[in-house]
Amino acid sequence: MKLIALLKGKATPARTMLFAGTLFLLLSLARVLSDGGDLTSSQTMGTTLRVTCPILLAGLAGLWAERAGIVNIGIEGMMIFGTWFGGWGAWKYGPWVGLLLAIIAGSAGGLIHAFAVVQFNVNHVISGVAMNLFAFGAMRYMSELVYTAKIQGAGISQSPQQKWPIPRVNLPFLAGGDLFGWKTPDSLGWLERHKWFAISDLAGILRGIAFNVSLASLLVLTLVPISAWVLWRTRFGLRLRSSGEAPAAAESLGVKVTPLRYAAMAISGGFAGLGGGFLAIVSSSYYRQGQTANRGFIGLATNIAGNWRPVGVLASAALFGFAEALQLVGADSLPKLFLFLTFACGLGLLVSLLRRKMVPMINAVVAGGLFLWIYLAVNEVPEPLTKAAPYLMTLIVLTTASQRLRPPAFAGIPYRSGESH
Amino acid sequence: MSESINESVDTAVSKLQRLFKGSGQQSVLITLASSLAAVAIALVLAGILLWATGKSPFDAYSKMLEAGLTNDKLLETVQRATPLIVAAVAVAIGFKMNLFNIGVEGQYLMGVFWAAVVGAYVHLPSVLHIGLIFLVAMAAGAIWAAIPAILKVKKGVNEVIATIMLNTITLSIIDWLFQEKFRHEIPGQLDVKTKLLPTTAWLPDLVKNRLSSFVFMALVVVIVFWLIVYKSKFGFRLRASGANAIAARTAGISSNNMIVTSMVMSGAIAGLAGMTYLLSTSHAYGPTRPEGYGFNGIAVALLGRNHPAGIIVAGLLWGFLDSVAGPLQIAKIPQSIVLVIKAVILLTVVIVNEVVGRRVAKRTADRTAAQLTLPVVAA
Repeated sequence: MKLIALLKGKATPARTMLFAGTLFLLLSLARVLSDGGDLTSSQTMGTTLRVTCPILLAGLAGLWAERAGIVNIGIEGMMIFGTWFGGWGAWKYGPWVGLLLAIIAGSAGGLIHAFAVVQFNVNHVISGVAMNLFAFGAMRYMSELVYTAKIQGAGISQSPQQKWPIPRVNLPFLAGGDLFGWKTPDSLGWLERHKWFAISDLAGILRGIAFNVSLASLLVLTLVPISAWVLWRTRFGLRLRSSGEAPAAAESLGVKVTPLRYAAMAISGGFAGLGGGFLAIVSSSYYRQGQTANRGFIGLATNIAGNWRPVGVLASAALFGFAEALQLVGADSLPKLFLFLTFACGLGLLVSLLRRKMVPMINAVVAGGLFLWIYLAVNEVPEPLTKAAPYLMTLIVLTTASQRLRPPAFAGIPYRSGESH
Repeated sequence: MSESINESVDTAVSKLQRLFKGSGQQSVLITLASSLAAVAIALVLAGILLWATGKSPFDAYSKMLEAGLTNDKLLETVQRATPLIVAAVAVAIGFKMNLFNIGVEGQYLMGVFWAAVVGAYVHLPSVLHIGLIFLVAMAAGAIWAAIPAILKVKKGVNEVIATIMLNTITLSIIDWLFQEKFRHEIPGQLDVKTKLLPTTAWLPDLVKNRLSSFVFMALVVVIVFWLIVYKSKFGFRLRASGANAIAARTAGISSNNMIVTSMVMSGAIAGLAGMTYLLSTSHAYGPTRPEGYGFNGIAVALLGRNHPAGIIVAGLLWGFLDSVAGPLQIAKIPQSIVLVIKAVILLTVVIVNEVVGRRVAKRTADRTAAQLTLPVVAA
């Protein structure tokens, strides 16, 4: 009874946990029923982590900007800065310097955007579009200057191969990493190999974060709680968010909106730049033109799907990353995801039955039927269509859940310091 | 710093206004002057970049003029400007209704793709065939633009986000359809395209391989845009609704209708942007599809201030810059500098417009206030 009351009730941490737990059990069930070992294997999860990181960083870039009241369409451009400078720095001075340069370059891009929209009140979208065009052109220009024919393996659209990567580690006790020269047991690997319902799946998911994981990925993951803490638990964060919700009111209380917005854009650009650097240094080992492949726009999408919250951004980035990873691991494993989605719709149906809501009920039945049909009928999802999934999902979220989304009230609205009072 | 900018803008504006007092040309001239100033600033900034990276800006710019002002390059300028002008008109229609159609990029690709597919399987006399292809392209663009419009009207979805998402969805759909359904491989040929259009659907070139006759169509598009937006009742309603939706609604103009209509019109025109490529250059859709007309169209529309004449001039400037990239490369100057110049122009133009617009508005307000208070003071 308590469980039902929880399901029917308002969004609380307990309810979110319950949902997450149930979804995980359903995923596990789908894995067992479809005989899809790939669905929750540590290999899939490792790939998921790797492709999620850049999307997550782009999403956090959007989060920081919009929370301060600035719409950042230029994330893609700032990521391009990051890929180029990251690739160049890693090739010249090693991967860590590369990542640092990527952050700085992205921040510089963010500050240009801030200069246009905060100082001169230019339309945020226009400035973002200009930023994207500028980044593409400027980095191509830099490639033409630096990567001349004299350098082995370099070209106008590609940097030379980097000499060494960021170290990958196995965490001790979890995935058999070394501790002071002693080889610890690979406990998660042992659990995963047994193919037990739920337990092996959980082990697989955790082992994806523990086994052969790049230090950079772990670093990126910590940025989610850090962002959440800074934005929601510090004075700086409170003021930053207030300048995204009601800048005039914030200013009347003595909050300096203009410097805060500059700071937010420097951080936002830094996140985007790091995302680009990650692509050039961790996901691959050289810079290539077009490496960002619209991930900046997926970042915007995760922001919307994640309701402008760090954990939401992480969840939606992980979902998009999971779909992409399944495609990478094996084209036949993606359809198995649809069995899970069918189950998830079943859960949605249950909840809407409990709440006696007609429209979500019909939606759940229709969507569930569609997913089941896809699972039964399709053997392989064509690659171009999986690429569209994040964007399509964002449109669906926007159209169906727009009542529940709560973007920062002043994001993208022209505001000049001191003009409204 | 912004204070000194404001002051210098003030002096420039008042000088211009004094110079042309009573001629009724003030706002046009200020617009023109500020756009020119923005381009000049952008050229200086790009020059600094060139200089900082060890290239001579004077060499670069003189090379651009020298190479660009030959007959060949001028034809290329017009050829390259054509699709950008069409795309810019599409963007401008949206702007007139206060809508930001970032989706032109996807809409013209839809237009090119469906026009290529339908056109290849139809046999008609030339004029009808080309007319049909235009219609298909416009319909494809219009339908694709109708989606964000309907989402905006019915569900309140921001059209910027919706069109950004649709742009990438477009690429996926087209890639998939092309690979799975409409690839047409010819043995012994490397480039894979859709089925080639019958020659009845080929637009003749004005100058062989240099200038397509589609440029006339682009002119027609610009003129129709001018007639509709500035000379028709509908255009008045559109501009009124875009300028102040609430006031327009009070006057009985449904802003929802205007949103859908202007988006659909915008999409229809966007659908035509790729027609030089389809009907004059490639005669089929393939992986060499054109890119970036949508985003560059936004830049051209903004530089041209959404005005037909401005769009033509801005489009020609863009075409000129594109056409001199090659000669720059030969002169050992990185050709990507033109991409940088274009992006910097876009940024400076919007900043200068913003600054000048605000100063002009403030001066007008101050002057009106002064005129209103004078009699009181005198009394």
